[in-house]
Amino acid sequence: MPMDPSLVGRSYPPGGTYLVGREKIREFAAAIGASDAVHHDPDAARKAGYPDVVAPPTFPVAVTMSSSERVISDPDLAIDYSRVVHGDQRFRYVRPVVAGDELVCTDTIEEIMSRGGHDFLTVRTEVAAAATGEPVVTVWMKLVVRGED
Amino acid sequence: MELTPQRFRVTRADLVRYAGASGDFNPIHWSDRFATGVGLPGVIAHGMLTMALAGRAVTQWAGSADAVVEYSVRFTRPVVVPDDDEGTEIEVTGVVKGTTEDGLTRIDVTAVCGGEKVLSQARALVRTSR
Repeated sequence: MPMDPSLVGRSYPPGGTYLVGREKIREFAAAIGASDAVHHDPDAARKAGYPDVVAPPTFPVAVTMSSSERVISDPDLAIDYSRVVHGDQRFRYVRPVVAGDELVCTDTIEEIMSRGGHDFLTVRTEVAAAATGEPVVTVWMKLVVRGED
Repeated sequence: MELTPQRFRVTRADLVRYAGASGDFNPIHWSDRFATGVGLPGVIAHGMLTMALAGRAVTQWAGSADAVVEYSVRFTRPVVVPDDDEGTEIEVTGVVKGTTEDGLTRIDVTAVCGGEKVLSQARALVRTSR
């Protein structure tokens, strides 16, 4: 059954706060082989104008994963996760994520589309500073739910 | 203007490390039994790992790790990673496509693995000076 397009616009208020750890940024940077000093060395990051080590551009997925799971598991969408393929991914940054950031995620269903027997779901996640609401990065994830064979 | 191509080797060990660092423990990225059971040729890399490696090429070209203002990709084909010491290799190429009204540089990115495009419509907007 195709996804219900009337769910476009449904929003999921922030759940818990994500505290970005220095070691998590270092671990993520090491896992992708990003050896630039600003990812690892707080002094190098401060010289570049940041309060602590700077996350690589795709690090926000580690922050948004649990919040977007609330959308994917929404019973109204009835997604069979075994048929899901990651289609598109996009980040738009106000500033890089840095260690010490306390972030909250607000998810919104931006688009639902059916084509060629497959469903396409785009979730937008606004990542903001928990204390001030200052926007940090917007993340879009498009999932493809493959139709029955 | 064409940017210097960059090559990234990806082994099973890299997938395990990325799974832990990112929190994405989907078994298609570490279990051949599970991957082939859902119709894949074998264990595949996380799409987000491929995006991250192409992102390293972008920050390298931009000359700064914090230069990326916008970055988007489409995942077109899975990157199959064999269970051996060599793994596989992803080649990332980029072309400067001009400057936006805001003074940002647009880079179009291509990632190829085993002769097939694994990312399409990949582009980044970067600051070229801070």
